[in-house]
Amino acid sequence: MNDLLAGVAAAVRLIVTLDHDLVEISLRSLQVSLSAVFIAALIGLPFGAWLSVSRFRYRRIAIAVLNALMGLPPVVVGLVVYILLSRSGPFGVFNLLFTPTAMIIAQVIIVTPIIASLAHQAIRELWFFYHDLLISLNTSKWQRMKTLLWDGRRSLLTATLTGFGRAIGEIGAIMIVGGNIDHLTRVLTTAIALEVGKGDFPLAIGLGIILISLAIIINLAVHILSRTERAGRW
Amino acid sequence: MVKSILPVVLKGASVKKGGVQIIGPLDMQLLEAGCTVVIGPNGAGKTTLLRLLHGLERLKSGSVTWNAPRPEINARQSFVFQTPVVMRRSVRENIAYPLILRGSSRKKALTEADRWAENVGLKAHGHQDANALSGGEKQKLALARALITRPEVLFLDEPSTNLDGASTLEIENLIRSARNSGTRIIMATHDFGQARRLGDEIVFIHHGRICEQASTDMFFNTPQTAEARAFVDGDILL
Amino acid sequence: MKLFSGIFAFLMTLSVASGSFAADMRLAVTTSFHNSGLSDVLLPEIKKDLDIDVRLLVVGTGQALKLGRAGDVDALLVHSKAAEEAFVAKGYGSHRLDIMYNDFVLIGPKDDPANIAKAASAKEALKIIATTGAIFVSRGDDSGTHRKEKALWKAAGLDADAFDAAWYRATGSGMGATLNTASAMEGYVFADRASWLNFANKGNLGILFAGDPVLFNQYGYIPVDPAQHPHAKADLALQLENWLVSARGQKLIAAYELNGQRLFTPNAAPR
Repeated sequence: MNDLLAGVAAAVRLIVTLDHDLVEISLRSLQVSLSAVFIAALIGLPFGAWLSVSRFRYRRIAIAVLNALMGLPPVVVGLVVYILLSRSGPFGVFNLLFTPTAMIIAQVIIVTPIIASLAHQAIRELWFFYHDLLISLNTSKWQRMKTLLWDGRRSLLTATLTGFGRAIGEIGAIMIVGGNIDHLTRVLTTAIALEVGKGDFPLAIGLGIILISLAIIINLAVHILSRTERAGRW
Repeated sequence: MVKSILPVVLKGASVKKGGVQIIGPLDMQLLEAGCTVVIGPNGAGKTTLLRLLHGLERLKSGSVTWNAPRPEINARQSFVFQTPVVMRRSVRENIAYPLILRGSSRKKALTEADRWAENVGLKAHGHQDANALSGGEKQKLALARALITRPEVLFLDEPSTNLDGASTLEIENLIRSARNSGTRIIMATHDFGQARRLGDEIVFIHHGRICEQASTDMFFNTPQTAEARAFVDGDILL
Repeated sequence: MKLFSGIFAFLMTLSVASGSFAADMRLAVTTSFHNSGLSDVLLPEIKKDLDIDVRLLVVGTGQALKLGRAGDVDALLVHSKAAEEAFVAKGYGSHRLDIMYNDFVLIGPKDDPANIAKAASAKEALKIIATTGAIFVSRGDDSGTHRKEKALWKAAGLDADAFDAAWYRATGSGMGATLNTASAMEGYVFADRASWLNFANKGNLGILFAGDPVLFNQYGYIPVDPAQHPHAKADLALQLENWLVSARGQKLIAAYELNGQRLFTPNAAPR
């Protein structure tokens, strides 16, 4: 209990003094996770829509695999990306290991299935509802995808924010491919792990409080900007 | 003068779903002009016939032949469903949607949509979220959306079944004026008052087969078949 | 849509801003070294003197050697001489040299239920623990510390791999995590003195046994061989090496104290 209270005190102290290291790792956390989610959404949302409106032979298997990929263990993803980006690996020449870019790559791999799967489920429901109308209006597959993505944007926002939540709290993959290097690849989650390892629980909890607050603020900001949850509005 | 997509001819057409023969085999012809009302008891296959003509159902056997190739047909038909499918956008955006699909600029499409919204009496609701409308208003929206592309053939599946008297009257007036502007109406209903009011021709369906096809006067005054007679007399058909 | 482009632009400026253009090299160090806090003292001085940003990857000895082998770092600073010499022999490292040493200590609950404080030697202390079956938390991660621990068990005639999990708890983690576990379980633990002194969650534990010469813990520096990995920054690694063995570097190492205790003894061969 003392640790928790000390943690709150630590969090307040860091924020009020605008601790330089804190600002740096917080910005980096946001940079990595927001970039990853942005790219993952760019890939995942259209893919989810395409999967909903397409009919092909192995569709059921594809959907099952996509849903299963939501459970990809981040640490395994990190290990595989490390092997690929290592200097002795196939993509070593790009010298991406231990950079924020490598962390973004790993998180894109983890988050894309989540966004795609949730998008697919949301759009599938909407497609069921719009089905007769869109066929009656002689729409092309591309027009259907665009319409469903736009009309379903509220659920897609939720899907994207879910992906963001996963990314910002992720540690297994980015620890391996980023290396938690001070002033280079250290972010909130890896810093927390570091402080725990040093036995400094209050500071770790303080950072944790800040991490959660950051996630809440982002979620709130997005909802306010897109004016969801307003009465009378879909 | 653009060639009409009508007449449409069905030969031995049938539709099966889950092993059950819903309609068919049917032989039928629908000519240009006027309003054809497809009538029959519930479950007779009215909806399926309309959907088949519009291309929403797959033929099990037989043929459906229009007077033009398939891609042209799709562009010149519209369908109003029994339960209106209202998109998650504003009323005017709903109505404008088919025009935007066809490449119209957003501004032009919305202007035209506003005009049609006024035609159907939804002017005040133009910017409102379409899902906030009442059942009757939604059906009028669907009608406006169906007519905005100036279709040659308009299908309506029980358009006023769930509506009150006032809304029904409004809908019927709109259908009548569309017919008078030259739109070919093919509608399904089980309300024979409505059939009498709107129809030029009746197609009577029972158990998925066409029992009778005749002009409205002839059907109601001198029904030829036993089932038709029973139906017109108000008996329950088994 | 505007929101999207705004976010994208923001992210791109961040990525540019975080790029650094000073010379930098990657050094894999062990958790034991990092947790001592010595790097926080040395790195700024290195930056000042050499204008090199030394990027520390804090990993276990096993992973450090793997990173060196793969060429993902430019040099190593670890503390497992046998493994280091094998590394060099296989051609992955150019050479190894002594930099400094500290010592390992045996830590346990202050009331010392197994009574190891009175032991005559380190291996005897361990034997007592095994005999009494007192809870002992091990690194279990094939790190330098862990290998030293296993060597001591072996010297005492015991096979650590055969120990019962009822009392021997192998955490498979770094020094800090292992100390946390020992603190929570109030068990005995084998650690390097520097990590212990800098550890913030000591709980009811304290140093119970130290001073046996066999607990000597040597740190070695190995540059990754550029013949194996041409891209490795051998010149920067050499600059760092020279700095570490220089009088200035060695003095800074000797001067580092925690609670009035010196943590490391520099012992690089003078050049």
